[in-house]
Amino acid sequence: MHMADALLSPAVGAGMWALSGIALMRSARRVRSQADDHTAPLMGVLGAFVFAAQMINFAIPATGSSGHLGGGLLLSALLGPHPALIVIASVLTVQALFFADGGLLALGANIFNLGVLPCLVAYPLVYRAIAAPGASNSRIVAASLAAAVSGLLLGSLGVVSQTVASGITSLSFESFVVLMVPIHLAIGIVEGLATSALLLFIRRARPDLLDRATTAPRPRTSFRRLLVSLAVAAAVTAGMLPWFASTQPDGLEWSLERAAGAAGLPTPELGVHGWLARVQEKTSVLPDYDFAAKVIASDGSPEPAWPNVNAGTSVAGVIGGAITLALVWLIAWLIRRRQQIESRRSAE
Amino acid sequence: MSRIDVALHDLRTLDDLARRDTPLTRLDARAQVVTTLVFCVVVVSFDRYSVSALLPLALYPITLAALGDLPARPLLRKLAIAAPFAMLVGLFNPLLDRAPLLTLGEIAIAGGWVSFASIMLRFALTVGSALVLIAGTGMHELCAALGRLGVPGVFTAQLLFLFRYSFVLGGEASSMMTAYELRSGGRRPGLKDYGGLAGHLLLRAFERAQRIHLAMIARGFDGELRSAASRSWTRRDTLFVLGWCAFFLLVRWVNIPQWLGQATTGQLP
Repeated sequence: MHMADALLSPAVGAGMWALSGIALMRSARRVRSQADDHTAPLMGVLGAFVFAAQMINFAIPATGSSGHLGGGLLLSALLGPHPALIVIASVLTVQALFFADGGLLALGANIFNLGVLPCLVAYPLVYRAIAAPGASNSRIVAASLAAAVSGLLLGSLGVVSQTVASGITSLSFESFVVLMVPIHLAIGIVEGLATSALLLFIRRARPDLLDRATTAPRPRTSFRRLLVSLAVAAAVTAGMLPWFASTQPDGLEWSLERAAGAAGLPTPELGVHGWLARVQEKTSVLPDYDFAAKVIASDGSPEPAWPNVNAGTSVAGVIGGAITLALVWLIAWLIRRRQQIESRRSAE
Repeated sequence: MSRIDVALHDLRTLDDLARRDTPLTRLDARAQVVTTLVFCVVVVSFDRYSVSALLPLALYPITLAALGDLPARPLLRKLAIAAPFAMLVGLFNPLLDRAPLLTLGEIAIAGGWVSFASIMLRFALTVGSALVLIAGTGMHELCAALGRLGVPGVFTAQLLFLFRYSFVLGGEASSMMTAYELRSGGRRPGLKDYGGLAGHLLLRAFERAQRIHLAMIARGFDGELRSAASRSWTRRDTLFVLGWCAFFLLVRWVNIPQWLGQATTGQLP
């Protein structure tokens, strides 16, 4: 499933972009140094193939639903993991730009979840471990299933941790995992079946094509390097997570904190204090107009939050929002009108 | 039209929009890429309960769409089609976060609904700006801009190849599916038929790649795609980037709708 900009915080989005960017740069360097000039058109056309094949749905027996190919695993088996990552990243980019899948900030997270994890983790560690070059048909099926399921489960855990670390939704890690894992287990099985069906077909029709990925010279240290880069990634994520967590406290925690703070320390309205408070209000990440728990009775004791919400500022927010939208619309209308007049004038 | 045909049509229409001569397409693609990225970061940097404070940011995609004379309906349709995931995840907020956050008259609104509205607004703004970006630059200009901004050539070449051959292979996939449906009474293929269908498409893809490769070698291809020099950076582009970034910062630090609302309801301090 595609991660969306709307669920990301800037720190998580940038962090995932950094990780995917490093992986892409490394793969690009590897492709440039190893690939022959035949690889560029082959990668491009296989990307277009994945793009088209994702739209061929097949019926899943006994469920009435349908599935389609994901692509990362198949491309890894056909091209090798590094070219496969570049191809999947390009497919995801086109989907983000043209089909509104996810958005530009979430593209880093999507390349990581749907590209890096299946191509650089699930393929070398799971698929190749089960199906060495020249493996039997049943081994290819088993390897495709295991690698697709593990890749998609890792990807879904990626979506969950990125969403939870961003703190935009109220879902907890556990309940989001419970929601996502069964769905992705099912999608993984479907993807594994589709991949193995294609690989077996290719093996029957053009066995030479399957050898491309396996005969390319593989650097001896690749596995160790992979482990090292994963360890670095884990350390970076672990180091950054508490930082996200502290900048985005849980909504309830935050309002409790504010309520306690405001009740304990009535701040003077005038003088430097008042001025600083107003500056802080203006620059606050959390604007002060609509938080129920902040309302304090005149005697200084916190009152029950509901229904003593400051209705005035809420209404002001809604009215102001409507005016803003009207202004935005007006500006756009004026620009368009001016252009129409200009084009009519140039036509004359 | 089948799903494949719809997707190809969408690819083509968005790219075609960028081929017209409008104030938007006359901008350097690099300026649009950089400004759109800054825009996305600013949008997602708002607190989870921000709704009205985000609204002024709609000026960016809407102004660009107006400058580029982009049709509203297809863009809105794309937004609606892509909405489900953010909406599904966002819909848990009203279920889990029920503490009242603001009131309108007698109605108290739970924090979960406010953050849900914020998620949907973020979705519309970020995804809308991505659509406007591609409709304002087009795939070729965009790839050239990405290359000039330091993205590896392997990746930009891959994007261009993918885009070009999506139409070719998509067209083949579409006719294969039409043929299958005509012979199967409109049923979807099972897994066994799928292997054959997609497998044949894959074989055609390989053969096409071989032919393309030979044709490219015949034209002197040496592993690098070159494109004719695109637009050069002008003062207009600098103004575009700086002006919009200044606006984004203003909106980030001053809650304009709140201020407007207080001014009209007479609650200014």
